[in-house]
Amino acid sequence: MMVDQVVIPALKILIVLNAVLVGVTFMVLLERKVIAWTQARLGPMRVGPYGVLQPIADVVKLMTKEDITPVKADRWVFSVAPLIALIPALIVFAVIPFGPEVSLFGRQVALYITDLNVGLLYVVSVASIGVYGIILAGWASNSKFPLLASLRASAQLISYEVAVTMTLVSMIVSAGTLSMVGIVNAQESQQVWYLFVQPLAFFIFFVGGLAETNRAPFDMPEAEQELTGGFHTEYSGMRFALFFLAEYANMIVVSAVATTLFLGGWLRPFPNVAALSFLDLVPAWCWFLAKTFVFLYIFLWVRATLPRYRYDQLMRLGWKVLIPLAIANVVVSGLVKVLL
Amino acid sequence: MTSTHYLVLSAALFMIGVFGVVTRRNIVIIFMSIELMLNAVNINLIAFSLQWGNSLGQVFTIFVIAVAAAEAAVGLGIILALYRNKETINIDEMNVMKW
Amino acid sequence: MGEWLLFYAFSLVAILASALVIGQRNPMYSVLLLVASFGASAGLYVQLDAPFVAVTQIIVYAGAVMVLFLYVVMLLNQPREDASEWDRTHPLRRPGLARLGAILAALLVVELGWALVRSGTLGAFTGDTSSLASVRTIGQVMFSDYVFAFEATSVLILAALVGGVYLAHREGSR
Repeated sequence: MMVDQVVIPALKILIVLNAVLVGVTFMVLLERKVIAWTQARLGPMRVGPYGVLQPIADVVKLMTKEDITPVKADRWVFSVAPLIALIPALIVFAVIPFGPEVSLFGRQVALYITDLNVGLLYVVSVASIGVYGIILAGWASNSKFPLLASLRASAQLISYEVAVTMTLVSMIVSAGTLSMVGIVNAQESQQVWYLFVQPLAFFIFFVGGLAETNRAPFDMPEAEQELTGGFHTEYSGMRFALFFLAEYANMIVVSAVATTLFLGGWLRPFPNVAALSFLDLVPAWCWFLAKTFVFLYIFLWVRATLPRYRYDQLMRLGWKVLIPLAIANVVVSGLVKVLL
Repeated sequence: MTSTHYLVLSAALFMIGVFGVVTRRNIVIIFMSIELMLNAVNINLIAFSLQWGNSLGQVFTIFVIAVAAAEAAVGLGIILALYRNKETINIDEMNVMKW
Repeated sequence: MGEWLLFYAFSLVAILASALVIGQRNPMYSVLLLVASFGASAGLYVQLDAPFVAVTQIIVYAGAVMVLFLYVVMLLNQPREDASEWDRTHPLRRPGLARLGAILAALLVVELGWALVRSGTLGAFTGDTSSLASVRTIGQVMFSDYVFAFEATSVLILAALVGGVYLAHREGSR
């Protein structure tokens, strides 16, 4: 009983946290490589074979940099803001389902840390806490550019949060349950990925996810040409590293949630077609990771390809285009679900 | 774990909110104390909802949260308009309607 | 055992954070402490078998309303309340009505403690709570018996939206 209630969840948490943190550091390298190849150059090649050990060099650099706190900055809030940005990005992984129940060493172990019956709303609530890290970082720096950048970034975040939440509501209508595992099971029982049932919701979720994580083409608040480096201008060393960790962890979260909701989570393609049952050799969590990786790659691809939105265009897109579309999607989903 | 514990907690939070409204002079802090009082009422409602096994308390709490959010938005708009006119948020100086 | 521990931990955080909200002078810290108090309340709601209300509280209160408060506090930019204006004598020693108020407050504390000690199993959690925590139940109740309140609240939110935009609009800043 002790093992089931304490040891196994603790092990799961350790594994997931380690995987996420290592994954985030290698995401930095992947981004530089993908953008480099898109631009017909090679990217980091010096450290290790083909630059594979570059993240280690990055981590060493960031840890040994001098930790500067501006004189008039609010010391407590300045130190705590990176944590407030990072912790919500990490605790979302408690509800993300990596796979179904498998039997490991003679006991049934579920490949997710927990299954809340309000799991999808938990994801939304944690995302809305993540806004505080940005606002507090800009305000605590006590300097013009970070303050302006943080206000812009947080206004962008809270605007696109509404559109993304409305999209998730239409997913709840389709699946009939709020729990993440329940949504994957609903896709399995309805034999279709929700990508094909709700394509507009997928599009709005993805665009909103790009804006929520401050990624291009919505990265006006971090653009160096605009605001000197955004809300983390005054941060250096390990605190700056925590902001970067938070941003990439948010990217992984958005990809994982999109995989669960729209791409069938851990299900293999065409689960009902018996001819493809050789695909069952690949474990379920590998399918999940592969699909998440596809989304991450699309994030990087979009960054390398599209130009940046101006701030007023960005806000206009969020409020005047995406929110009405998302609300219309909810109405149509409800009507279809009731009438069909 | 009886509901009395939750009621005492909610009473304590409510008293703290009342004390904040009566004592502080910064309008925004007074507003936050009002939100504290609403939060204490919510705890009360949910405790009773569990005691009687009725989900009505939770429904009411959701309405309270929605109304409090709407009221916070309008109240903060009023505070901003007041600040623009009088350049102060000390509530002792908001006495224009006195004879 | 774990239940008691969680209850006392969340209650302690809630009461301490609330007391500091009204007790300390930097309004920015007050906002952050109020967010902490709402988080502790959400924890209490989860313990009371109301996960949907807990998550709603975090999304609406701690995630949206308090962000609004934070923006307003940053806009108003009043650093600290001037402590020299506060009356520093102990409430029981102030003359007249303040002393009466202090005595009544002390009586209230004694009464609450007495109620807690003497209540026994008075408010024990009985009743069928198996379907309580389901969002489906809340939805069914809200959209069948209380649908008028739901619609009225939506009109109220619309009115608040229009009012908030109008009140915060600055003249001639187009």
